[in-house]
Amino acid sequence: MATLFEGFTLCGLVQTQSASDSAIQGIELDGDSDHAVVTDSTRAVTLYKVSDQKPLGSWTVKQGQLLTCPAVFNFQTNEYVVVSDNKVSADVWRVHSAPGGEPVVLFQRGAVRLLDSLLSAPQQPIEDILSEEEKEVIRWSTNIVAEKQHFVLFTTEQKGEHFLYVQRLNPNTLQKYRLEREDSRAPPLSFSASLRDKHINLLYLYPNGCVYQSVVAVQGPVGLEGVQALPRSLRLRLPVGEGELGAASAVALDEAHVAVVGMPHPSARTGKDFLCIWNTNFQTLQADKEMVGRICGQVGILRIVWCYLGKLFVPHGKALSVIPYECQKSSLASALGKLRHPGIAVSKSSVAIPSWNTLLHGDQPQGPTKIVDSRKSVLTVVHLQPFQTGPVEEVRREVEALVSRGDAQDLQLSVGRLACQLVARSQVETAFYAPGALARLVKTQCLCHSMCPDLLLLALEHKDYFLCQLCLQLFPDIPEVVTCACLKTFIGNEVLQTPYSDNLLVPHLKDLNAPQVILFLQYLQFIYLKYSQDVYTQTPVLRSPTMTQIIDWVCLLLDAHFTVLVMAPDAKGLLSNLQSFVKSQVKLFSELGKIEGSLQELHKMKPSKDISQYSIEVIELF
Amino acid sequence: MGEFKVHRVRFFDYMPTAIRAMAFNAHTERLALARMDGSVEIFNFTDHYFQEKVIPGKDSRSTESLCWVGGRLFSAGLNGEITEYDLENLRPKYSLEAYGGPIWTIISNTQGTQLAIGCEDGTVKLFEVLEEHIQFERNLDRQKGRIISLSWHPSGTHIAAGMMDMIRVFDVPTGHAVQRLLVDRGFGGSKSQETVVWSVAFLSDHTVVSGDSAGKVQVWDGHTGTLVKTHLVTKWDVLALSVSKDESSVVAGTSEGTVIQFQFIAPTLHQQQDKEWVRTRTFKNHTHDVRALAEIETAIVSGGMDTHLVVRPLLEKFDEKSHASGLRKIHFPHRNLVSCAKKAGLLLFQFPGQLELWRLGDSDGHGKPGDRLPLKRKPEKLLLLKRKGEDHICCSALSSCGGWLAYSTVSCVRIYRLQTDNNNISITKVSKLPKALRSAHQLCFSSDSSKMFAASSQSSVLVIALTQSECKYVHTLKPKSGSRQPIHLMTTSVDGKWLAAANSDCEIRVYNLQKLKLHCIVPVYGSCPSAMGIHPTTNNMTVVHADQQLFEYSIVEKQYTDWSRKLQKQGLHNVWLDRDTPVTHVTFNPKNPNQVVLHDMHMFCIIDQSLPLPDQKTQFYNQMTLRSLSEQERPSHLHAFKICKTFQDLLCVSLLDDQSLVVVERPLLAITSQLPAPVRQKKFAT
Repeated sequence: MATLFEGFTLCGLVQTQSASDSAIQGIELDGDSDHAVVTDSTRAVTLYKVSDQKPLGSWTVKQGQLLTCPAVFNFQTNEYVVVSDNKVSADVWRVHSAPGGEPVVLFQRGAVRLLDSLLSAPQQPIEDILSEEEKEVIRWSTNIVAEKQHFVLFTTEQKGEHFLYVQRLNPNTLQKYRLEREDSRAPPLSFSASLRDKHINLLYLYPNGCVYQSVVAVQGPVGLEGVQALPRSLRLRLPVGEGELGAASAVALDEAHVAVVGMPHPSARTGKDFLCIWNTNFQTLQADKEMVGRICGQVGILRIVWCYLGKLFVPHGKALSVIPYECQKSSLASALGKLRHPGIAVSKSSVAIPSWNTLLHGDQPQGPTKIVDSRKSVLTVVHLQPFQTGPVEEVRREVEALVSRGDAQDLQLSVGRLACQLVARSQVETAFYAPGALARLVKTQCLCHSMCPDLLLLALEHKDYFLCQLCLQLFPDIPEVVTCACLKTFIGNEVLQTPYSDNLLVPHLKDLNAPQVILFLQYLQFIYLKYSQDVYTQTPVLRSPTMTQIIDWVCLLLDAHFTVLVMAPDAKGLLSNLQSFVKSQVKLFSELGKIEGSLQELHKMKPSKDISQYSIEVIELF
Repeated sequence: MGEFKVHRVRFFDYMPTAIRAMAFNAHTERLALARMDGSVEIFNFTDHYFQEKVIPGKDSRSTESLCWVGGRLFSAGLNGEITEYDLENLRPKYSLEAYGGPIWTIISNTQGTQLAIGCEDGTVKLFEVLEEHIQFERNLDRQKGRIISLSWHPSGTHIAAGMMDMIRVFDVPTGHAVQRLLVDRGFGGSKSQETVVWSVAFLSDHTVVSGDSAGKVQVWDGHTGTLVKTHLVTKWDVLALSVSKDESSVVAGTSEGTVIQFQFIAPTLHQQQDKEWVRTRTFKNHTHDVRALAEIETAIVSGGMDTHLVVRPLLEKFDEKSHASGLRKIHFPHRNLVSCAKKAGLLLFQFPGQLELWRLGDSDGHGKPGDRLPLKRKPEKLLLLKRKGEDHICCSALSSCGGWLAYSTVSCVRIYRLQTDNNNISITKVSKLPKALRSAHQLCFSSDSSKMFAASSQSSVLVIALTQSECKYVHTLKPKSGSRQPIHLMTTSVDGKWLAAANSDCEIRVYNLQKLKLHCIVPVYGSCPSAMGIHPTTNNMTVVHADQQLFEYSIVEKQYTDWSRKLQKQGLHNVWLDRDTPVTHVTFNPKNPNQVVLHDMHMFCIIDQSLPLPDQKTQFYNQMTLRSLSEQERPSHLHAFKICKTFQDLLCVSLLDDQSLVVVERPLLAITSQLPAPVRQKKFAT
């Protein structure tokens, strides 16, 4: 869940001539986590103490001069840096600074210099990276400091195409990527970059409401020449209503949450701007807040939301608001159904419960194979050829190769697509079925049911119980209807442990026919009895269901099929067994209840003798 | 120290009655509490919740509601009368028929100028509060159905009245009902039963909070008459409500014995403006109906059917753990209900309606510590003396020889001559009593039984001479100046020379009985004396106060003794100071002048003044340790306070002349077992 807390106004905004102009050029941090350096669109830089909503100091440039870019704080010298009237030795685009790194200067023609080196030799020649004639211009830039590595990222526009430049400093390398073009040919509205797991995540928003994410490895390919294509994945499709977004901005808060400002609320009338936090995993709106007045910003790429240390800074109307937020991890299973029982699948089996596991896996130790090698990045073009036409064995080899060379981040993206392709192919070509390859893909744990909904059904169709087992074990989000479908074909420990919610499951359980139900109940009764016998010796069995899970399933089955079972002659014995079992349980509990009362009384009773109304006793005091 | 033979007595069937109503006076910090038998008790919350005063009950009086107006206390009840109490003479000052049938509730406006009562006949009656009296002013518009509960808006302009199935809001100046708030009935079987609005609270912002018999606490907008929020808190009744002074919290008492707190807070952190009434805490300190509630500055005070008063401190109001932050349960009265004839071995038990006289049993021989001795003679109830008239007994006394017995109600005093020879007992009422002896707050006999002392009005003491045939008025010991508060403790010296009397203004006066005049006033200490006694040989007076402080005062020298100074200088042990029930009896060992015996509800203590005082590092409860030590090691571990906790729920501990102890226990379990069954609550597997 994510929460937006009550915000407050940091400062009022100067009204600019055109309403579309932003009144804020930039907001930066300085050494104090409670400070914000606000550069307005005219000539002033103001330092605020955020919690007190109080300006601590302000600087302005002379009349006639203009601030080129937002003021930044040099974390190494504790100075504020600002550029006025564009010039140093060439036209400056931005100065970027981040804790742990030296400030860097990005020139309008794409060159990058460390501030120090620039100041020591102000007149040094500055090369052009972007070509003047082609009218390639910078739209957005940022810098990222990570583990002694320093990156400057900037995007450019050239003849309707957009490029991402990743400039690494020390050693200096520059990589250029082409962004996939959106169908509408509209330019992106906003970019936001963040660093996670040694990958730079670039998040960008288009006017049609699509939020894409691209991932660039920090230890990216070195020495690759030319322009690479930058693959993207759609993280979120925002409901934009009619028309397109004007000024809007999306910023990643963590791996699952994105804050979007400047878009209408999906359920509010248009004409109002909202700040929303979306969960990209579940595509759900988590928190929202109406921003009074228009969001300030101009059409084109301009930041209109800043996010620092749990606070969002949003200029809107006549004020700059600070809105604290909080994001918590959430999981679909916890939201929708019973959680997997923790502690299962950890320890080794000591009691052999006859199950499909032993049949299928033998006594092999379980557990997904760790992915070791992570040299290749997603940027490597995956050759789809063999997957589309090659024979089963070749597919398996290719998958193996892919899985073992990609790292976790890349896999997430490619595995889903690959699985879908293989499944689609199997559905078309009845002769083609690649169980080994699919199993390998499932084992990466990068797949889930939602990513490839047909996979489990395909496995069922082919009676590939091994793959079904794997899916049931590893997918957190199997719908109840599919769980029931699995039940119809085979009974296993895994089904019982699948997360589910009672209300959703019961209707689907009704689809089972009487013999299936009876068989299932018999199985449940069998494992229950087995458990009850070994209750003292039992140690947690590998992926075995808990007592509670078994009882829950018995209850659910009886709930769904009671009338049918009562009528079925072959269920009679089973039902009477279950009934006598319940009776004995009720009796046990009532006896326990009685004992509890007595025990409490015993507890209360001091070991004193029965005290009568009157006695004469001898005591001794010391 | 040695062995004691203990008469362990459990045949005093003392049964407190249920608490019906309470009212807290925030100005004086006094809690007035009414019980089912019509008695009213006043607790001083500035002085360790000491039960300062008790106004005895009366058969025909039933108090439904209490109300303070300044320092004046009013009550109203189902007998249809409003009563004002005389808190100096501990009796009703006057009672006034309200002519509206049974009265369910009485309240006053914040200005203290008017009283309003809710009557069975559907009227709300206003009374003007005058200097010495109250006077009927007018009725508000009469309603169909009884008025169960009332609450006056702080501004004085409106009154909310809880009725059957509804709440009415009255405009006080016009007397018209301006709002009708309909209260839903319960679900299921109780749908056909009318909902009784047991309690209402009218807040400054015109919010009305109600508690009803369908188990709901409801919040209403008093301006518009709309329901804002319903909290279903119990399957049974919500019987009482109380609002904190700052109106940020409301507590509700239920039939399940729970007290549920609601607080006016913002439900989420980031919307501090949108406050609402949120159910926050549940306190369960009662087994039965919580009929009376008061939320005071730092605590929630509650009482009900299970007869004990609970003070539950709100821990967030305390910075650190202290004496005041502990949960307090008051089970027993802070005064003696047992008189012991030390020479004769008789016990007198005082009930509101009767007196019981018992002779203790006897045993042969001796035994080891821990033994129970075989009884030679069983204890025997010699006498059951029922009082005459409607007024309940407020005090009683038995002379130490066992030859005289006296009791008093607010309307009369009776003295009886007792004669026992072997197994026969004869009782003779003393027929002619002096006219001056009309009622007494306290009674006591001189140790030679030649005189009786009766604490009378304005802190005066009547001295009555007793002879075989008659009793004669001798003198009235009257303070020339000072407090007019009632005397709650009295004691005489064994030599018959001194009488000490303490009143609820904490004054202790010592009279010279030979000269029949005031001898001295003990320096006034800030906490009320809860027990005192004069030493048989030294005539030093030991006084214990409600705050557990202990003083020894030499009557002859008119100053504190050296031992007392030493004790004060060193300070009492924290364990002693942290006890939460007051010492209610002080007695002495005639054979060992160093020993003082005193007790509270949970322990008795023999103080040996010859032993060193314990300092804070000393283990205070050290009897177990001493038992385990060898004879040689023991002396180095001894200290003056010898505490025995073997006996619990003590009503009296006394030392007879034959050196045996009498311990009167009244186990709380025995009281609980006599209560009606609590409301049934389903418990798992029962």
